[in-house]
Amino acid sequence: MIELSDVHKSFGQVEVLKGINASVEKGEVVCIIGPSGSGKSTILRCINGLESYDRGEISVEGLKVDRDAPSIVNIRTQVSMVFQRFNLFPHRTALENVIEGPLFVKKEPRAQVLERGRTLLAQVGLAEKADAHPPQLSGGQQQRVAIARALAMQPKAILFDEPTSALDPELVGDVLGVMRKLADDGMTMVVVTHEMGFARDVADRVLFIDGGVIVEQGPAKSVLNQPQHARTQDFLRRVLHPL
Amino acid sequence: MKGFWRDTVEFFPILMSGVALTIVVTIGSLLLSTVLGLVWAMMRVSGIRALSMLSASLINVIRGIPIIVLLFYLYFVMPDLGVTLSALQAAILGLGIAYSAYQAENFRAGIEAIDKGQIEAAQSIGMGWWLTMRRVVLPQAVRIVLPPYGNVMIMMLKDSSQASTITVAELALQGKLIASSTFKNTSVFTLVALMYLTMSIPLILLVRHFEKRAGKR
Repeated sequence: MIELSDVHKSFGQVEVLKGINASVEKGEVVCIIGPSGSGKSTILRCINGLESYDRGEISVEGLKVDRDAPSIVNIRTQVSMVFQRFNLFPHRTALENVIEGPLFVKKEPRAQVLERGRTLLAQVGLAEKADAHPPQLSGGQQQRVAIARALAMQPKAILFDEPTSALDPELVGDVLGVMRKLADDGMTMVVVTHEMGFARDVADRVLFIDGGVIVEQGPAKSVLNQPQHARTQDFLRRVLHPL
Repeated sequence: MKGFWRDTVEFFPILMSGVALTIVVTIGSLLLSTVLGLVWAMMRVSGIRALSMLSASLINVIRGIPIIVLLFYLYFVMPDLGVTLSALQAAILGLGIAYSAYQAENFRAGIEAIDKGQIEAAQSIGMGWWLTMRRVVLPQAVRIVLPPYGNVMIMMLKDSSQASTITVAELALQGKLIASSTFKNTSVFTLVALMYLTMSIPLILLVRHFEKRAGKR
């Protein structure tokens, strides 16, 4: 469904992606792990067209991702994104945040969109917060609204960019719970995360990235329990046993 | 003091006709400067280099010309070019164009103050540039822009007196005409000052309200 072929990307003189080759099948959950600055988020941002890439090709269901082409709107309506800092629209209520895309981008009928918006908020456990504005919600609640906003577009895949990194530890579980449910329902997901437990339990595959290249990839349990590459082993040891 | 009250009763109706024109000039030029300022600001943030440079140049040219010269140009020079404007039209147009430069910089600052994540979130759900502006950026920028916008309103109210230089019989000119024919300078200009102050105070309170609201964010 999502194909990355020899993708290169530089910021100025710094090459952050050095030939990424990867694919994500329909219904698959792929977690991308790796140290800060390794290029994990850049991969997601390139898939969604928030960043351009310099070489190679990214395609979503056969459609080439080109952030300057009109087709990018079509790709973005098929592949939603959830951000580390939620990025909810603070001047709109939770429900308005959720229905914004379907109503104004996809131009679906208001009544239909409202009904779907309320259903989605209920799905993420926030039915009673429909009329609350983002600043009135906790970080975990905001992230769940952001997930509902992504789902409202009825996407074929969702990209999660460190969705729990900005949350207080006690709020992480609620968000991961919603994501786990999505995975169980068969949603295609690409998740950049430091939550190794989530990756082990939920992901089908794990990609370990360092220095802009995929160092190791494979079934989640295999990569996380028996990493083959020394760099992966070192990274996992530091993450799982920081002391 | 008794004389001042007598003068007030006598001159008040004439000065009030000046107040009416002052309000017309202020509101007219405020609306025009808002629309033009928004256009210049949109051009600046459009990401299209040619539009951005054109807007920056326009803003610099407008900022570099004194309002009074702009008014003279519109009222006295434009007829030579075949465009004749009434004094009121020239005043509204001149003040509107002059203030559009300041409005544009104010709007641009408000737009650029919006977190980049907001624009990315809008893009990620498929919004294009204009929809992102209309639904996400501008509604949030308004709250940032309102306090300085209120200050511009106060400055425009006071600067509307410059329309007197091209014969618009607004408050300042009415006062000058009465004073020159009655020689009651103290009474007349005290009245004129009090009338400007009376119109400014609600605007000053409005700015304070905007600032409080912006501070609560």
